Amino acid sequence: MAENDIALMAHLMRRAAFGAPYEELETRAAKGYEATVEELLHPENQPDGIDMDVLERYFAEWQGMIAGGPALWTWRMINSKRPLEEKIALFWHSILCTGSSKIQHNRQQQIEFDMFRNYGLGSFRDILLEISRDPGMIFYLDNCMSHKGAINENYGRELLELFSMGVGMDGHPNYTEDDVKECARAFTGWTISTPIPRYPYGVYPARFIYNPADHDDGVKTFLGETGNWNGEDIVNIIVKQPAAARFISRHMYNFFVADDVQVPAWQNTPPRDPEAIKMLEDEYFRSNYNIRSMLRVLFNSDFFKNARFAKVKSPAEAVIGTMRLVGDFTTPKPGLPAIVAEMRYMGQDLANPPTVEGWHTGKEWIDSGTLVERINFTADQMGNTKLPGIRAIINRLGAEGPTLSPQRLVNGCLQLLGHYAIPEETRSMLLEHLQTGGELRTGTEDFAQRVGQTLQLIVATQEYLFA
Amino acid sequence: MSDTKKDNVLVVLQLSGGNDALNTIVPYSDPLYLENRPVVRVDPERVLPINEAIGFNPNMAPIKELWDQGKVAIIQGVGYPNPVRSHFRSMDIWHTCEPDKVGTEGWLGRAIRDIDPHKENVLTGVNFGRGLPRALAAPGVPVASVGNLETYGVLTGIEGADQRSQALDLFAKMYSSKLGSSLVREYISQTGTDALSGADTLSTAPQKYTSTVKYASDTVSQYMRNIAQVHLAGLGTRILYTTAPQNSFDTHATEMAKHPQLWQDVSSAVSAFYQDLKEHNASSNVVVFLFTEFGRRVHDNGSGTDHGSGGIAFVIGDAVKGGLYGEYPSLAPEKLLEGDLHYNNDFRSTYATLLEQWLGLDAKPIVGGSFEQHAFLS
Repeated sequence: MAENDIALMAHLMRRAAFGAPYEELETRAAKGYEATVEELLHPENQPDGIDMDVLERYFAEWQGMIAGGPALWTWRMINSKRPLEEKIALFWHSILCTGSSKIQHNRQQQIEFDMFRNYGLGSFRDILLEISRDPGMIFYLDNCMSHKGAINENYGRELLELFSMGVGMDGHPNYTEDDVKECARAFTGWTISTPIPRYPYGVYPARFIYNPADHDDGVKTFLGETGNWNGEDIVNIIVKQPAAARFISRHMYNFFVADDVQVPAWQNTPPRDPEAIKMLEDEYFRSNYNIRSMLRVLFNSDFFKNARFAKVKSPAEAVIGTMRLVGDFTTPKPGLPAIVAEMRYMGQDLANPPTVEGWHTGKEWIDSGTLVERINFTADQMGNTKLPGIRAIINRLGAEGPTLSPQRLVNGCLQLLGHYAIPEETRSMLLEHLQTGGELRTGTEDFAQRVGQTLQLIVATQEYLFA
Repeated sequence: MSDTKKDNVLVVLQLSGGNDALNTIVPYSDPLYLENRPVVRVDPERVLPINEAIGFNPNMAPIKELWDQGKVAIIQGVGYPNPVRSHFRSMDIWHTCEPDKVGTEGWLGRAIRDIDPHKENVLTGVNFGRGLPRALAAPGVPVASVGNLETYGVLTGIEGADQRSQALDLFAKMYSSKLGSSLVREYISQTGTDALSGADTLSTAPQKYTSTVKYASDTVSQYMRNIAQVHLAGLGTRILYTTAPQNSFDTHATEMAKHPQLWQDVSSAVSAFYQDLKEHNASSNVVVFLFTEFGRRVHDNGSGTDHGSGGIAFVIGDAVKGGLYGEYPSLAPEKLLEGDLHYNNDFRSTYATLLEQWLGLDAKPIVGGSFEQHAFLS
């Protein structure tokens, strides 16, 4: 297997999944790049490998987790055999945000996250319709407080601004304040069965209810089209807009390809790669707003293949990627909440983004506090030579011969971590540091320690912060 | 602004979960208190009286002692318009000073930026506890967040002192290199360098510290001890922050068992901290601010109390003019707001007082407007 095929596969798996151990990269590269893209794009073709029965029968700590929320999601991201299903759920959660700070109900949010799994690779129209009917969202953005004759604009506004079009593009606005009001009117009557917070009624998830008596069925003019619009019509009008194509393409680019400016700047700042965005927009319309088709174009494009290490990993990518690589938490055991909390320490409180705008990404993930958390967590895991994934790296390097040069140690570790590229200057610094120990005798415990230390130093580099 | 306040230090202790104001500063002689609190009440006989109307919860004896010395300002009836009863949203409002929209910049993050605009000291603000509270978050403002001061640092998982120190040398070299780098890389280099120098400096604090004061073993006490260590190490830290963990003041049930313990812990932590600074002759330029996101319902629920509004806050220190500020909210049904205590002074008044009179900053842009200031600082 050519190493550059494996390097490309490592790139694909970092973006379309949460990275993969070297052995998996080899197997996938042998199957071929496009075949792997197809496999990832069709999670429904294989079981996810998540055995809920086992989790449900496990000890007390898991009782609360299986109801949903960040711990169950973390477990799924670490263990799912359908990694893109989890990644796309994370993608939608970062855009169609609800927060546990307001909902305070894990099962309710779980229903929403499951919806992202089920619909996330389908039509953007269906996704917008489903999120508009999602009880968590209806509560989170107060649509249950929006009534015929007394609208609450919160959902109507965010649907346009943050979920589907954005305030503007190419220097002009995408909608007016009147559009916001008309949109909110069209969604009156879209409400929920019971109030969501736990107190004082307990933890029963709410259901979506359409209440025709509270629906404003007057004539509305929305984005230039006049009619007796209901919420579904609004979604149908939105998805036809070039602004919707642009919006979803830019989000996809920022999430899967390379860090671009943050959403509020999109009205006036053109895309980092306009040609790439154009390709995605064209596919959006050609495929009838199909996310899977857009991702197929994206993953198979040169702009994607060439965008190595062009994104700062999100905390979820950093933590889950590490766990998948070291091979820990593959069976239930105590301590999962601590792993979940690491993402929060690094600035991404899963299921609870700071605002409905979601998380700011790219370099904004990094500050002096989150950087220390990220490096220490990753280095602690990588230095644990008992973990199966680290053992595999040690054994593989050990099998190369009775001795190993420091050069090969550095290069081999970079390769087995997924072909990380580091500048020559950093490589020689690492080498100089490792040279002091001289040539290594493989098969000794000292060798295992030296491999662990080398991995720790590599994950502390600036380059490892990127995916 | 004037730089006369340049050495003053603000310590913030966040009481997460919504502290029950009525059982903290207790209106013990008000028949409405006893009527509304058939179960979850402080026995009037046991209250430590402030005057004929109100008194301290008996578990706050160490704070009562400081009160008797005139070092405690009690901010009564503190809140904000249209109170929110969600913990996180309400805490966000206290953190960002944005009651109407969701803000992302914290008031103390802004304060740190104003104190040290050129980022000369990466330890101007230090948080104790893992993960940064939004109060301290502002883009480009470095704030160290310390889970454990004794072991805080970069690459703490590398075994062996020599190995680790060599690894840190390497880390410093790798992050100081800006060769051919983009703006993003430059930013990350700088951040890594800041983090390392902050950690190096902080790690000296426990070594320099000796004290005869004994702190209890609970988290708040230990973090208050860390705050004393950092203050006494003279690292130029101006804002220190910590949080009572696990939303512990959220006493929906079994409040009668939990609330006394919480206040014993907090009171002894604050008192030990004050004694510690006193022992080192370092108390004059420090005030401690204690706050919570909301009070609790006036009427108890039989075992605890649910989320309410109209809370209580404290400012404690040598520079504090002890006394009652704001008004104690009335329990009369017609004076309540949706069954809760009605706030009568905005929390941003307290912030503005601390920012301007204590830290010498222009409060207006930080808290988002002009608010009448209290006179609790001498």
